[in-house]
Amino acid sequence: MASLNVRAALLSVSFLILMLGLWELSTQPPAAQEAITEYELLMGVAGQESRVPPPSAVMKVAWTELSNPFYDAGANDKGIGIQLAYSVYRVLTGYLAAMAIALPLGFLIGMSPLMYKALNPYIQVLRPISPLAWMPLALFIIQDSDASAIFVIFICSIWPMLLNTAFGVANVRQDWVNVARTHELNPFKTAITVILPAAAPTILTGMRISIGIAWLVIVAAEMLVGGTGIGYYVWNEWNNLDLASVIFSILMIGVVGMLLDLALGKAQKLVEYKE
Amino acid sequence: MSKSFLEVDGLSKVYPDGQGGDLTVFEDVRFALEKGEFVCIIGHSGCGKSTILNVLAGLDEASSGNVVMNGKEVKGPGLERGVVFQNYSLLPWKTSLNNIVFAVKARWPKWSKDKVREHSERYLKMVGLDHALNRKPSQLSGGMRQRVSIARAFATQPELLLLDEPFGALDALTRGVIQDELVKIWEETRQTVFMITHDVDEAILLSDRIFLMSNGPNARIAESVKVNLPHPRSRATIFQNPAHHKIRDYLVDFLVNRSGSAQPEEDGSPIVIDPSAGDAAPKPVPAKPDTKTETAARAVNA
Repeated sequence: MASLNVRAALLSVSFLILMLGLWELSTQPPAAQEAITEYELLMGVAGQESRVPPPSAVMKVAWTELSNPFYDAGANDKGIGIQLAYSVYRVLTGYLAAMAIALPLGFLIGMSPLMYKALNPYIQVLRPISPLAWMPLALFIIQDSDASAIFVIFICSIWPMLLNTAFGVANVRQDWVNVARTHELNPFKTAITVILPAAAPTILTGMRISIGIAWLVIVAAEMLVGGTGIGYYVWNEWNNLDLASVIFSILMIGVVGMLLDLALGKAQKLVEYKE
Repeated sequence: MSKSFLEVDGLSKVYPDGQGGDLTVFEDVRFALEKGEFVCIIGHSGCGKSTILNVLAGLDEASSGNVVMNGKEVKGPGLERGVVFQNYSLLPWKTSLNNIVFAVKARWPKWSKDKVREHSERYLKMVGLDHALNRKPSQLSGGMRQRVSIARAFATQPELLLLDEPFGALDALTRGVIQDELVKIWEETRQTVFMITHDVDEAILLSDRIFLMSNGPNARIAESVKVNLPHPRSRATIFQNPAHHKIRDYLVDFLVNRSGSAQPEEDGSPIVIDPSAGDAAPKPVPAKPDTKTETAARAVNA
């Protein structure tokens, strides 16, 4: 018997083949049953083009796009690599800005019950707001669509990081804090050498949730602000009625999201510890 | 009274009892430790032994009374007092060596990296763990973890070492082995040690004096029992000394029969007993009920 991994891989591949097969079959052009009328000729035989494209067509698009991902032929015709790079750049900028605020603030809230009680009401009200609801305000205040998209990423990724940091810091085992106290560490050293490593797994969990949400939100944000980015690309191809490209970019969004999550997962492994 | 190394005076701890009243766990605890002494404290659960130790460590505050070490009042935790906790309290993300390096660096911030490492390794070797330098606490058995914890405390060379039931969570065999190691380390370093235990044999093996606490609430340190057995001691031979039996019988009798009613001297200091010299249990002090009636009478008069 092959190992579990091998069997799972075999099963995965067979699911893929089955699914692609069904998809390909269900999207075959209907056999021409009657002569094309004059009207249909005039309309350019639209019937065939309005079907969902079969996987073979999507693969063809994928091949052309991926063989030259970074071409730039004007505002509305950039390679998929460039579009993804724009999105990743926006996500990382907003995410890092959120990190710069959420981690210190989370430490503060986690270490001080007073700050926790004082700030908690604001967090609870602001947290459930859909990040896109900030967009009009951001556009009005910042007056720049690119920066507004980054702001939306910032505002959506700050909450999980903030709350997880505060939770992790507040729940560091008292024993470890006592170790720091009996060794006369000052508050800053205690935070760096004891509380940070102790809370790191919880903080990284928050960071992983945040990057996932940020990647979900960037697509919608870019559909709104337009110009560049994978979200804009999807919407643009929809306007072009190029469904094969739409499906291809959906897949690319999934792949990049998975890579971002994998990176954070690796980072999480690094700071994990067993008690 | 001449000044001792550590003087504890009139210590008490009062908690709210949850029904609007107060619960006095222990009161008017007074004792003194001399430099280089190994003292164990025994008492039933709930008499506040751990609280006393935490007050000495500076991790807890007494409701009244004070602790003076080397002529200075103890306030808050400090490196001159090392603590070994029952649950080891190692930092799980650090290797056993780095757990000790952490403490040594805190103690001597100006030492070079090499010196810190060499010093830390020496103490790990002392507890027989030089083969497990780079293992994390999760990869060590309970006994090995407690060894690291002990090495960490000794490595910082505190003036007073506080051990809070360090072997409580270990199986009997492991406990015995580590007790022998502790005896050996103590013979080498002659640290001043204050240790909580529930184990009469452990107390006799390790200590010069044993404090006996009466039951809580309102617990006191009632008696201070001398352990007149020659050093170095070993688990295998200590029971051959006839004094051992006398001390052991005395302690067990206290814990079983007298811990509910025992009282210290009238000035609050523990009654000094030397069972090996034939001291018997003090007669129940008749003075105590008298004082009570007296206070009651005074209250009525007022």
